[in-house]
Amino acid sequence: MARVWLFGDNIDTDQIVPGRYAPYMTSEAELGKYPFIEARPEFAPAVQPGDIIVAGSNFGCGSSREYAPRALVAAGIAAIVAPSYARIFFRNALNLGLPLFEADLTQRLQDGDAVTLDVERGTIVRGAETIQLPAPPAWVARVWRAGGMVAYYRQHGAFPLEVGQP
Amino acid sequence: MSPEPMTLVEQIISHAAGQPARAGDLVIVPVHRCMTHDSLTPEVIDALENDLGVTQIQDPERVAVIVDHVAPASSVATANAQARVRRWVRAQGISRFYDVGAGICHQIMVEEGLVQPGEIALGTDSHATAYGAIGALGTGVGTRDMALALASGHTWLRVPETLRVRLQGRFRRGVGAKDLSLHLCGLLGLDGATYQAVEFHGGDWLTLDERLTLTGMTTELGAKAGLVPPTGVVAEGLAVPDWLAVQEGATYARTLDVDLDALAPLVAIPPEVDHVMAAAELADVAVDQVFIGTCTNGRLSDLQIAAEILAGHKVAAGVRLLVIPASHRILQQATEDGTLATLLRAGATMGTPGCGPCIGRHLGVMGAGEVALSTANRNFRGRMGDPDARIYLASPAVAAASALTGHITDPSEV
Repeated sequence: MARVWLFGDNIDTDQIVPGRYAPYMTSEAELGKYPFIEARPEFAPAVQPGDIIVAGSNFGCGSSREYAPRALVAAGIAAIVAPSYARIFFRNALNLGLPLFEADLTQRLQDGDAVTLDVERGTIVRGAETIQLPAPPAWVARVWRAGGMVAYYRQHGAFPLEVGQP
Repeated sequence: MSPEPMTLVEQIISHAAGQPARAGDLVIVPVHRCMTHDSLTPEVIDALENDLGVTQIQDPERVAVIVDHVAPASSVATANAQARVRRWVRAQGISRFYDVGAGICHQIMVEEGLVQPGEIALGTDSHATAYGAIGALGTGVGTRDMALALASGHTWLRVPETLRVRLQGRFRRGVGAKDLSLHLCGLLGLDGATYQAVEFHGGDWLTLDERLTLTGMTTELGAKAGLVPPTGVVAEGLAVPDWLAVQEGATYARTLDVDLDALAPLVAIPPEVDHVMAAAELADVAVDQVFIGTCTNGRLSDLQIAAEILAGHKVAAGVRLLVIPASHRILQQATEDGTLATLLRAGATMGTPGCGPCIGRHLGVMGAGEVALSTANRNFRGRMGDPDARIYLASPAVAAASALTGHITDPSEV
């Protein structure tokens, strides 16, 4: 079972990983220890592979730092569900293959809920309840399946086909 | 090119894509300019070498690498990372390399002409929107987007819708571009222009410095790009392509009218840039450190505004006034015209041109319980150091006035 980590609106990248904990200032090997190190110090020691973040609007606003979503991946976060994302965070997550679902579940799920996430089906199951997440565009789903835009590009030598067909 | 009128970003993306591109389209475009800085270049190198298997980037001529985020190095870790960046730059044949002290990446890009009107430029820094000051589509990306652009020469973009801001009137004395930016943040919120471009109309008279402040700050609205039409000083100084101009009848997602005459000096209250109040209402906030600098407000005119207010006075007891010019060229100019001497006589201290303490890494990190008044762009919790330090954001005029009194001060009161 995965745990739900609930967050509010406008979670900025300085909260996710403060600039002075960047790999540049510390080391790549330590990155998984730093998500929310000051904003929510109990997060990194307790988060388990497969856990999900459920948050309010504009998740990931602020800096372009890719080490913010990368730290979440390193800590084991399997997906984020929020009504909207800051644009650079959205791209960084897509490049890394971290699924972002666009839905507001902040009133429906609670912090600490035990759930099962199925990225392919786009479902979150809590007890007897199944929550259907909105499906991403087909090309985004393909990028997720490839393991992110970088992996997709390496496999295909090109960006996904639909991109570039106005 | 489509006969239908287009916004500035639609024009730039259409021109680069070689086919009409409309808001909402997904397109692959060549990237004319790539900017990366010391803080993230090591991750770009990792992504290129480890994830993409690329040992030689596509076109070193399009790339600028700038050491500004921790300059000079503050620790063994950053020194080693910078040494690795220098080795990589040499191995790749990147000639546009700007080392410690040259200045802040966005300032260098514009000052050195490394980005031109009508171009598409990516930077591994969210404030790359500042290149819209000269009519380029500048946008921030992460390190893997940069690695993909360096490897392929291309990137993918969703053509943004455009929010039009129509300016009327002129800034009153003591009010400037930063106040307009903070006003927009307060009005629209941190996600007020997410995935959008912001165009500023009616400001043909804006200086380059003002344009850089305005466009750089659009990222605080969530914008992908911020552009001032390349008129006025930009048209006089740079080659603007004849296809790049505001087109009557272009479609805007939203239009906002701002009366500049009615703007007052503003301050963003921690920990959010969109929590904005008049400086005059915040006189009870005592400040420990005043920081004048950054890609937002570290230019010559910013230092001159501060010097004018501080001339012949002394910074209040107990206040640390830190001035960091945005580039070496600005530092030289401020030295030659006497601005620097005025600031130093008032009690200011100086830092190496670069980002300074904006990101809380060096050169003025804040301690718990301390209050910073900064001309930077973000006041998120922990941004400048201890999470229990509080960061207020304002213009150089408010910063200088507050340094004099020791508390947040409307410049008209000094």
